[in-house]
Formats: sequence, structure tokens, C-alpha cells
Amino acid sequence: MPEHTFRVNGEQVTVNVADDVRLLWVLRDVLGITGPKYGCGINVCKACTSHLNGKAVNPCAIPVGELRPTDEVTTIEGLATGEDLHPMQQAWLDHDVAQCGYCQPGQIMAAVALVERVAAEGRAITDEDLDGIRNICRCGTYFRIREAIRAGAANM
Amino acid sequence: MTGPHGGAPDEGIGRRRFLGYVVAAPTLVAAAELVPPAPPAAAAPAPAGLPELTELLDLNDVMTAAALPTSALISVEVRPDGTVAFALPRAEVGQGITTSTAMLIAEELAVPLERVRVTLADARPELLFNQLTGGSNTTISTYVPIRVAAAIARDRLLAAAAAELGTPVTGLTMKAGMISDRSGRTIDLGALAEKAASTRTQQVSVRLAPRESFTVIGRPHNRVDARDAVTGRKKFTMDLDIPDARPTMVCRPPTINGKVGSVANLAEVRAMPGVTDAVVISTGVAVRAETFGQCIDAVRALKVTWRPGTTAGKSDESVLRELHAAELPMGLRPPTPVVEGAFTFYFRSNSALEPNCAIADVRDGRAEIWSSLKSPIVAQQAIAAKLGLPVGKVTVHVTEGGGSFGRRLFFDAALEAAEVSQKLGKPVKLMWHRADDSRQGRTHPMAISRVRVSYLGDTVLGYKQRHTSVSTDLGHGLGEIFTALAARLPVGDIGFSQTFFHLSQAMSYDFGITSRLLAETDKSFNTGSMRNVYSPDVTCARELIVDQLAARMGKDSYRFRHDFLGDERSRAVLAKVAEAGGWGRPMQPGTAQGIAFHAEYKSVSACLVEIDCRPETVNRPIRDGVGGPRVTKAVFAVDVGLAVNPRGLEAQMMGGIMDGIALALTSSLHLRDGYFLEASWDNYFYTRQWNAPPDLRIIVMPSTSDQPGGAGELGVAASMAAVACAYGRATGTMPTSFPINHGTLSFTPKPTVPPIPPSPADGLNGGGASA
Repeated sequence: MPEHTFRVNGEQVTVNVADDVRLLWVLRDVLGITGPKYGCGINVCKACTSHLNGKAVNPCAIPVGELRPTDEVTTIEGLATGEDLHPMQQAWLDHDVAQCGYCQPGQIMAAVALVERVAAEGRAITDEDLDGIRNICRCGTYFRIREAIRAGAANM
Repeated sequence: MTGPHGGAPDEGIGRRRFLGYVVAAPTLVAAAELVPPAPPAAAAPAPAGLPELTELLDLNDVMTAAALPTSALISVEVRPDGTVAFALPRAEVGQGITTSTAMLIAEELAVPLERVRVTLADARPELLFNQLTGGSNTTISTYVPIRVAAAIARDRLLAAAAAELGTPVTGLTMKAGMISDRSGRTIDLGALAEKAASTRTQQVSVRLAPRESFTVIGRPHNRVDARDAVTGRKKFTMDLDIPDARPTMVCRPPTINGKVGSVANLAEVRAMPGVTDAVVISTGVAVRAETFGQCIDAVRALKVTWRPGTTAGKSDESVLRELHAAELPMGLRPPTPVVEGAFTFYFRSNSALEPNCAIADVRDGRAEIWSSLKSPIVAQQAIAAKLGLPVGKVTVHVTEGGGSFGRRLFFDAALEAAEVSQKLGKPVKLMWHRADDSRQGRTHPMAISRVRVSYLGDTVLGYKQRHTSVSTDLGHGLGEIFTALAARLPVGDIGFSQTFFHLSQAMSYDFGITSRLLAETDKSFNTGSMRNVYSPDVTCARELIVDQLAARMGKDSYRFRHDFLGDERSRAVLAKVAEAGGWGRPMQPGTAQGIAFHAEYKSVSACLVEIDCRPETVNRPIRDGVGGPRVTKAVFAVDVGLAVNPRGLEAQMMGGIMDGIALALTSSLHLRDGYFLEASWDNYFYTRQWNAPPDLRIIVMPSTSDQPGGAGELGVAASMAAVACAYGRATGTMPTSFPINHGTLSFTPKPTVPPIPPSPADGLNGGGASA
């Protein structure tokens, strides 16, 4: 069985699993990191959204064999440092966004990546940016997500 | 006693004494029976003329009354560490009942909310009807009993503190989990937990905290599970670490409910990387592997010959013909003027974001199940029957659910997981692929609704509605196997669904003689109650006709509704959205407002929306999605009687609005050749950010009652109707087929063999890029 080494939430990990197993299952079924959720397995619902080297990606579409030892995977569990919440998580609490909560780790990871991308472009979040978020929330928390992203962005 | 929860005179509930128990236990355990909070409504005087069934008794009264003779105790436990524990016999699926329940306990016990630990109870067959989560009934049926249990604990703690401090109870106050006397000495609840315990079970009576003293109930509170949700710590079924429960998936047939004929390559699939087992079961071929990714590969590799399913050859068109054939006659047209309309509502999916899933460990003559279940007692009994085990050998744990929308009323995955685990003699963690959840999962049945209103001058003489639907499976009954079985009987089911229909459909307008009938046909589909069940379609048809009627009488749509609504609460919510939403303001061509009303679950609601149907909006490009008309603003007013948690109530209304938008505009299943074309979220167009109204306002009306009404499903009907009415006004044509884009197939259907799509591999190369 091939060995794969990469970084997850600040730690180096090595797993023994076939090259083509998608990262989502390596995280969930092998490493027991269950924040990223399964919602479709074909990269359309975005419930598994995590960060790879600071950019939003969907682990359900990444064969583990494509990761390099220096690649840094960040899941919702690794977003905050220590006990302090990330400003976006705090904004989520302040706006009481979550209902069932299933899609929310992916929503928060997508929101953080969006705010960072927009900031890198030197501009403020627009309605069009928010319209472009593809993460599905079947509980329909979209409006509170929009409010929380604007509030979280102000504190990032 | 005095203090914030002293015995001041109170109205209604607060004036009465309630019976409960102190239970023999090492620490303080106080209990109550799940009894109905109000005397039977049947004793109310019958209104003149033909009474509406819903005026005498509604579904919630039936569900609450059903509990009376059979209920067992629910208990609150005060622990030495100062926490208060309660195992809620309901399912939390996002509706916020763990939070509202913790609020009820915090109120009566004067304890900080953070110290209340609400968990979900395992299946408890002794509760009979009392462990069904449905009909938006949880808060209605548990509001008093949970408070009674907590209030008994409060009285015992006060008595124990009095003995400890040598102070009469009347000199004590309770606040923030502490009891203090007038000299300032304090004791924490935790220090009294054992002293207040009882060595024998005894019945006691108690008064509840009076409403004017409330400091928790009625004030907005954030969810108790929010921190776990935003840090990834919240555990759903598939996140549980049950020893040796390996990922398991099922290879399913290309048509609905098809059966396995033969499998050509079982041994070959068993030898695939990571695969531990492959076995034929009643619904397909199950595979168990080290990872779900390897399950997906194994399912796709299986070569199965299938026998046809229950819906072979059926399509939208053929089902529509069946529905028309089953429609009950409307009767002769009256000689007066009439307004008529006929509406079609296509199949819709109640798939939650967490797919059907369950963990099962069936070994050595016993079974243990973990799943999000809204009818866990029926699940336990059905699983026991399927496995050939006594009910007492089957333990069913209710886990937190990732949404329900009606899905978790059934236990399809739990039954399947139990079967696989028994066959393999190994624990399994079974999950449906999204494609299975979409194509083989339960649906909201396709329906048609015909409405005729007769009028003369300014008077409405009569209202008739004939709702005809593919059968809705209500096989979960009221949560217990005997009623569940009754619902499956050919005759019993008709009675059951008719009863359900009539109990859930109020006629809120003074429309003279009304007659509304349900006809159901065709039991070959996997259906179930979708959030708000019949009401979104029935209400949408009615409200569209109300707009037509108002126009015919030369009246404004809002004013007409206001004039014909029969009571003050109803008129108040309608007037509120009209005022807050700026009803009647000038709108650009191609854009319009819509307004609608709906009453159910002892609650009333009204919705005003603005929609943009201009071509540049409708045709805006959306990758792998549908744009269509945009609801640009939604204003929703709700009166649930007593709102326990206004912030949670707002959340439920927001979700209901998103559902209403989806039902009116974008979300449906297309049936062709005996299967649904939709296989994932890029085919099934539930509301997305680009469809959501950027301007949204929820107004929770001041409390009009001592009793909470239901809310979890309430928001859908008025929202769907308001969007449909707005669309009709913006386009100048009343829509008659829903969702309005059903005629356009906006995606390329995925293959049915293999039944699930391959896992993409382009995630590092911009595949499915986030924005």
C-alpha cells in the first residue's frame, strides 16, 4: 500500500492508502477528521470545502496521491488557533447562522477563502460575490450567511 | 416562596397546579407525564353553520390527545456538578428544539442555559405515540410537561436549601443556578443535587413560573449547539466512531424499487482494494470497505442484472393522466359567476444535505442502531421484525440529524443497515450516495389541485377545492407500530391521509360554504411527508385564485384578503407585512409584489415578496444551476401564540421562505421511463445564494397566547404562494404548473448504470471552482 505524507491542520501526517482514494475519505475514514462533510461526492454541494495552502478546495475531488509532503490541508477543525475562534466562526455565532449545522463547516471555509480572495484583489465584498457562493444549505440559512460574512470580513 | 419564581397570581397555565414525581435516585430526578396542555378543544361550542373540522380539533390536538392514556414519564436530573440533564424524546434535525427545551428548563430552574444538557432519548417503546417528531408538534406537546418536571426539581432544591441554611423557603431566592437567603448565604444547585434526592418515588404537585416572571422564555437565544457546529465538533451519524463499523454503500437499481436478478462479479468486487464484503440484500447489492471512496468504486464495478421496479415505464405525463382520472368531481357549476383554476405540482425531493444513513451492529442475537430518526419506536419495532429479534434486543439511538424536511420520519437506511449487518455479522456504517438519495429516496408526491369559487357582487358564496395526489406514505403513523400498520391497510390509509389532510387545512377566509377533498392514487412511489406536507400546494392554488377573485371584484389583493380573513390575529399578520413591505408601491415593468396568508399548527403567517422577472435577470448565466426570476425582497410576519425562542423562530421562517421560493420557481424531479432524472445537487435546483432574496425581514408578532404554536414547517406555504402570486402579477399570466421552470430540463441527466457517478479527480485543477 502506498504511503502519502502531507500536512493537516498544522501537523505532518502519513497514511497508507491507495493513490486514487479521494482526500475526503482519507480525512474522514482514515484520519477521523469529520468536520468536512459528504453531501454529493462530485464537487457540487461544497459541504466538504476545506483549504489547501490557503485556497478553498473540495477534498471529494482530490486523489490523495496528488498531495505533496509540503501541502497544508486546513479543515474546519484547524481554522482557529487554540481556543479562540476565527473571526468568521465568531460572526457565525453572533448571527446564529447554523440550523442543522451539516453544511456549515464548508460554508465557513468557503466564506474565509472568499473574503481573503476579495481582500487580495483590494476590494470589498459585493452582493455578486455572495451570490457566487456555491455551497448548498438545505435549511436555507443563506440570509444569515450573507450577514455573517460581511461581519466576519470586517474583523479578519 | 418569593423571588423571581415566587407564587404571584397568574393567568391560565400559571394558575393551575400540575402533578409530577420525584423519582427515587441517588441524585435529584424530577419527572412529569407528557399530558395535553389544554382541555379537549371538542368541548368548545360549535360555530354556526357548517363547522370547519380544524376549528374543532386540529392535527396537533389529535397528536397531543393520543398521548394521554399511554404516556410514560420524562425526567429532569440535577447533577452534583451543577448541570441539569434532560433526554428529549424527539429528534433534533436543525429546528432548534434542543435550544428551546433547554430554555424551558432554564426558566423553571433559574439556572444558566449553559448548565442545561439536552440530549436525544433512545427509542422508548413505553412512550408509544409520544416519540414522534412531526406535525410541528414538539413545542406544543412538550411545553408544559418539561416545565413541570423542572419546576418539581426547583421546589425540591428550595426545600433542601431551606433545611441546609435553616431558613424558611419563603426567605430564599433562586438565580443563576444559586439559591440565596436574605443574609446573603448561597448554595449552588450542584451542592444540593444529592441532598434533594429521594429514596422513594413520590407524587407531588407544583405551580409553574408565572408568565410575567419569565426571563428566558420569549427572549431571543442563540442555539446551544452553535459552537460545536462552527468548529466541526458537532457529531452526525457518519461522524460517530463505532468500533469496526466500516463504510458501506448499496448498488441500486436503474428504476425505482427494482430488484436484483443476478450479480456476475461478486467475487471480483470482493477482491477490490479496501473492500471487505459484498452481499446481495433486498434493495440491491451492499459493499463494505475501508473507505467510502472504495465503496463508490466497488458499487460502480458491480455487474448486476435487475428486475423491473414498481414504477416501470411511468413518466410525468402518465402520472398526470392518472391524477386527472382519480380527481373527485367538483359538481355542477352554480348559476352565479365563478372563478376557477387547475394547478399541477410535480414531484419534489425532500432529500436533506445529510443523506440517508445509519450505523448498525447486529451480532449475537442483539442489534444496536444509530440514526437520526423521527419515529424511533416504529423503527425499533420494524427492525426487530425484519431481523427476527425481540424488540427488547434492539437498541435504537437517536442521533442529531443533518436536516429532515420529512425524510427522517422514515428509517429506510436504518432498516437496510440492520439487514446488511445481520447478513455479514459485522458492524456497518451505511450511507446512501447522493444519487441514491435523489433517485430512490422519498419524494413529495406529484399532485393536482382544482379550485372553484362562486361569488355574487361583493359576497363569496362558496369555495371548493379538489386536491388529487400520488399517495403520500404516512406509514410512520403517529410514531408507533400499531398506528403505522393501520396506515398501511388499503382502507385504513385512505382514512388516515384524509384525516391528516382535513386536520391540517384550515379555511381562514369567510368564503361561505366550503368543501375541500383529497383523493390519492398510485402507491408505487417512495413518498413521504415533505415539510408542510399538503399545505404549500393547497395554499398556493387557493391564494392564486384569491388574487383572481379580488381582481374580478375590482379589489386590491391585500385589501380583499384583509376583508375576508375571519379573525384579528390573521388580519394582524397580513397588515404587518403589507405595512413593513410597502404593499402597493410602484414597481418597474416585469417586477411585482405578491402577498399570501397561511394558518396551521395553531399559528398564523403572512408573506409579502417582490420578484424580478425581467429577461436580463431571468436569463443571467449560472454555471451548473438555474437563475430564473429573482425574489429580491421577502417580508414575513408570524404569530405562533407564544414564541419560546424568537431567534429560532426567525430561523425557521427564513428556511421556510427558501423552501417556498424553490417550490414555486426551481425545484422538482422529472420522471421518465420509471426513474427520476435528477441525481445530485447540480440537477435538483433547491434555492441557492443566487436565488435567495438579498433583502429579507422576519417579524415575530407580540405573543397573543399563553401557549406556543408550531413553527418548523409553518413558513413554507405562505412563501410559496406569495412567490407564485408575485410571478403571476409580474408576468401578467397566472402560473398553473409548479415549479414554473419544470418544462425546461436544465441539465444533462446522469447515467443510471452504474447507479452512481464517478468521483471527480480534478479538484486541484480548478474543477468545480468555488465561485
